[in-house]
Amino acid sequence: MEEKQKFTVSVYTENNIGLLNRISAIFLKRHINIESLTVSKSEIEDVHRFTIAAYMSEKGIKKIIGQIEKQIEVIRAFYHTDDEIIFQETAMFKISTAHLYDEKIQNKLKLRRAHMVTINERYFVIETTGTTEDINRLYDRLKPYGLLQFVRSGRIAITREKMAISELLQEFKD
Amino acid sequence: METKSTLTKSSDTKKSVRIIGAEAVVKCLLAEGKTLGYGYPGGAIMPVYDELYKYQDQFHHVLTRHEQGAIHAAQGHARVTGDVGIVFATSGPGATNLVTGIADAQIDSTPLVCITGQVASHLLGTDAFQETDIVGISTPVTKWNYQITKASEIPAVFAKAFYIARSGRPGPVLIDITKDAQLESFDFSYEKCTSVRSYRPVPHYDMEKVTAAAKMINAAKKPFIVFGQGVILGAAEQEFKAVIEKADIPSASTALGLSAINSAHPLNVGMVGMHGHYAPNKLTNECDVLIAIGMRFDDRVTGDLARYATQAKVIHFEIDPSEIDKNVPTDIAVLGNVKETLTELLPLLDANTHDAWKNEFKRLRDIEENEVIHAQLNPTKEGLTMGEVLKGINKESKGDAVVVSDVGQHQMFACRYADFKKTRSNVTSGGLGTMGFALPAAIGAKLGAPEREVVAIIGDGGYQMTCNELGTILQTKAAVKIVVLNNGYLGMVRQWQELFFDKRYASTEMVSPDFIKLAGAYDIEAVRVSKREDLPAAIEKMMASDQAFFLEVIIEKEDNIFPMIPTGSSVSEVRLK
Repeated sequence: MEEKQKFTVSVYTENNIGLLNRISAIFLKRHINIESLTVSKSEIEDVHRFTIAAYMSEKGIKKIIGQIEKQIEVIRAFYHTDDEIIFQETAMFKISTAHLYDEKIQNKLKLRRAHMVTINERYFVIETTGTTEDINRLYDRLKPYGLLQFVRSGRIAITREKMAISELLQEFKD
Repeated sequence: METKSTLTKSSDTKKSVRIIGAEAVVKCLLAEGKTLGYGYPGGAIMPVYDELYKYQDQFHHVLTRHEQGAIHAAQGHARVTGDVGIVFATSGPGATNLVTGIADAQIDSTPLVCITGQVASHLLGTDAFQETDIVGISTPVTKWNYQITKASEIPAVFAKAFYIARSGRPGPVLIDITKDAQLESFDFSYEKCTSVRSYRPVPHYDMEKVTAAAKMINAAKKPFIVFGQGVILGAAEQEFKAVIEKADIPSASTALGLSAINSAHPLNVGMVGMHGHYAPNKLTNECDVLIAIGMRFDDRVTGDLARYATQAKVIHFEIDPSEIDKNVPTDIAVLGNVKETLTELLPLLDANTHDAWKNEFKRLRDIEENEVIHAQLNPTKEGLTMGEVLKGINKESKGDAVVVSDVGQHQMFACRYADFKKTRSNVTSGGLGTMGFALPAAIGAKLGAPEREVVAIIGDGGYQMTCNELGTILQTKAAVKIVVLNNGYLGMVRQWQELFFDKRYASTEMVSPDFIKLAGAYDIEAVRVSKREDLPAAIEKMMASDQAFFLEVIIEKEDNIFPMIPTGSSVSEVRLK
């Protein structure tokens, strides 16, 4: 059995209803759990971009890419390992204002480059951006203060190398 | 723009006319050259049916007895004609009853356009009467699907649907149309779709790959071809024949590749797979170059992948890039439509002979003849065999019939023993293995190609899944020849129970009604044969009839289909008994 590792899949698609379902169904069919998923616009007008993180074997991810690219409204799909991409996640923490002047909390926030989003007499909300591990560390440190709410975004990623997508779309136009 | 299009030649579609969505649906079908469809009406699709009524002199609608029957009929139609099958169903249960057929068409690459009615758009998501999320349900089993909520979307969506269903590796498309969109008026004009920017139906072939493949084939001492439905779908039968003849390569078919070349062609060495022929299965593991053409290395073809042709270099001619290396790693992948790639390959091939290698096939064929085939075709024991029924049909059809088989032992007998002289003559549910497929598919095959003789080979189990479609025969007078091979068991499951579950026949013995009376209730002439001496005359009578005919043959109860590659075994471990 080939070893599983974390892969980040980038899928460029048309912006059509139901495509999310179509793409996630391909993971479901192979019994793969999606670790995180982000859908946004891309650098190309009218083209959307899915960023999906999942633990898989390389053999498995290649087949998934084939299945994804086969979908009519998918333009291209790529997969990358962590060292081929620059990736980030965003998290928000909601904490009771009672802890605001705790010196330790202040230090922890500085250390993690977290910043305050809002504050009122009942709670404050801080936001941070980093890798999953960065966010997990801050989570562990803030947990003792009682998290009123915690939320983390899916991974977003930019590749170090150029993606062959823009040229491809140019071809379509020509 | 995501899609490109051209105006159709039909003059009435060039200028726009103000019509309702439902009429536009029918006009789209006519503009795509479709004049026959299968379906079942209901509340949410009634506006379309009202238009079908108005257009009945231009478009013929076949009312089946169940939506599953409609879609299998459309599949049979598509498989024999090579063009898109059309299905209509209403929302909710009408739509969900299509799902099995859609999945079947997806896995067997059958082009379909399924049109389902949907509740009015303001009711979407409210659990309205007969509302179901058919777009969500059908997503994993369609090539493409779309929900129309505005009449103005209809022409472009239909154009795109036909383009997608037909092009590249064909497949089923579903269009769900809300009732308000069917009733809304708009200015209709139709332009055929010629491309979708995110979709490349046929990958450009790489001449270097073709050249490399030719070089490898020319150097091979023991080349072996396994061909699939891709040859038929690509209309590449002539090119394929030219290739195998020039390079003198023994070639075996997958179940869906059958009829791409004449069964009697000297280079046709039979069928591969679980119940395929002995020689091609065995020799898969002895060839030096395995050339796969328009096939996908299904697990029923390969057996244990870890022990499948590991000694061979593998060349894969395939239109669908996602099939490359999916199951069997290839040395050379030649992407593209096989009609084009085989045309390029042919002049690069050396005219060759492989007599010693072909003799290997002959030697193993003789073993199979002696140990399996002879006893099937010329039985001396009392009970009738499925093989002798097929032999009798061959004698009368002379290999010209379309053979539509259901799923189970009789299917494998049909695939192994039916003679095929013409392409698109084998219609069966290969990938999905849908029991109940054959009767409605045979109706669609006959209505799609009325000039052809259509013989359905069905087991007593599968027949009872869709025998309600006898009503469709009664109404359409489709002259289908129905052969039920009745062994009183779900034979294939029973065989596995015998071989792998110590003969514990759990729920496989089946009590059936009087099939002759049943056929009689539908005014279909029917004959039951239980003695060998009565068989030839009964088959002759059936084949001579110009109407639908039902023949029941009482088969030896516990007969088995061999050869067999047990699950998890290697192709070279194919068992003769």
